[in-house]
Amino acid sequence: MTILLFGIAKDIVGSPTLSVPTSSITGKKIPNTVGELKTFLSNTYPELNKLSSMAVAVNHNYAEDHETINSYDEIALIPPVSGG
Amino acid sequence: MSPRYSRQTQLKGFGAEGQQKLANSKVLVVGLGGLGLPVLQYLNAMGVGTLGLMDQDIVELHNLQRQTLYAEQDIGRQKLEVAHEKLATQNSTTIFKLYDSFLTKENAIEIISQYDLVVDATDNFPTRYLINDACVQLEKPFVYGALHGFEGHVSVFNYQNGPTYRCLYPNMPSSEEIPNCDENGVLGVIPGIIGTFQALEAVKVLTGIGEVLSGKLLLFDGLGQRSTQINFKLNPKNLMINKLQNSYDFQDCGLAPTITAEAFQSLMESKQDFLLLDVRTREEFERQHLPIAVNVPLRELEHYNIDKDETTYLICETGMRSETAARMLQEKYPNKQFVNVLGGMKKMMTLCP
Repeated sequence: MTILLFGIAKDIVGSPTLSVPTSSITGKKIPNTVGELKTFLSNTYPELNKLSSMAVAVNHNYAEDHETINSYDEIALIPPVSGG
Repeated sequence: MSPRYSRQTQLKGFGAEGQQKLANSKVLVVGLGGLGLPVLQYLNAMGVGTLGLMDQDIVELHNLQRQTLYAEQDIGRQKLEVAHEKLATQNSTTIFKLYDSFLTKENAIEIISQYDLVVDATDNFPTRYLINDACVQLEKPFVYGALHGFEGHVSVFNYQNGPTYRCLYPNMPSSEEIPNCDENGVLGVIPGIIGTFQALEAVKVLTGIGEVLSGKLLLFDGLGQRSTQINFKLNPKNLMINKLQNSYDFQDCGLAPTITAEAFQSLMESKQDFLLLDVRTREEFERQHLPIAVNVPLRELEHYNIDKDETTYLICETGMRSETAARMLQEKYPNKQFVNVLGGMKKMMTLCP
């Protein structure tokens, strides 16, 4: 699963894209929904936890936390930006 | 029809009709910075009849890298005055309305109601949410643009009952979450690109040509030279705004004691003993700071110890980070006094440029 990162999320992760394993050999739970993916990423990057307001898109469509995700989906994390 | 606009009136699908629509239009541009200036230069050049200009900042040296309408000789002058002067020379037929203020919950409804379209060219979340809510209440579309480093976002919100800013970001983030251009930096050309996109969307909304970027968020990545669009839908409850919030300040703000920039200026002149902490980044501090200020960037503040008992004043660029700093220190030192300088260095520089 490919994740595109924008704004401060890109700065926190330190890269414009991120790959999340879709089959687990470690027995760890694989995220199945947008909400689970957020939790999964926050465990790896605690700084992401600070972002109270972050839009997520699945295959170029805005997605709510309960929506399911699959291994072939392209996900984008889009925190708000404010500069002018 | 004047030959002035012939290169666009000869366009099929724009024509004299499109030009007349522009001439009849009134557009308010909030913010005369990196985004607002390219928007204004194009809308003014193309013949938008009435342009509202709103800003209270002065031109500073570090603006010139991206705010290309301003020149070295303009440093220290009001952006409002300089922009008006230059735009009036560019197109003498435009009617300009000048607002020497920031957009506030007190003036937003009255001002925005006089326009067909608002361009959000601000640099902070409180004003963006205020523009959204006022535009929803008044049923006015607004063209949104925002920047982060090498990246820019564009969309048209509240267009023909379409999605709003709150459909993407329901609630305002806290002041600590997202850095602004002052803290994070921006590559000079990026606001030029994003502001020009905003001008294009404004023209489309005003003349009805093309496909307006409504329900779509354009994400522009300058480094990868890539654009992506995200589709999003209206959440109908976001159209049910019939009054503004009581406050658009950051929710976590407003607790620390404050001093106005004017009063602080007098205090500095009185030579009283006090500590002034400037909580901006080292880069910002090096650009310009008050002589008595000690630089402790907000991120390092928790490791800084205060031994003296006199009052500590906190300053940053606009008064937001220093507000956070004042509250952090107050919690750590409940028996000492911490005061936030309102309006920060931006305001101080208007007093003693």
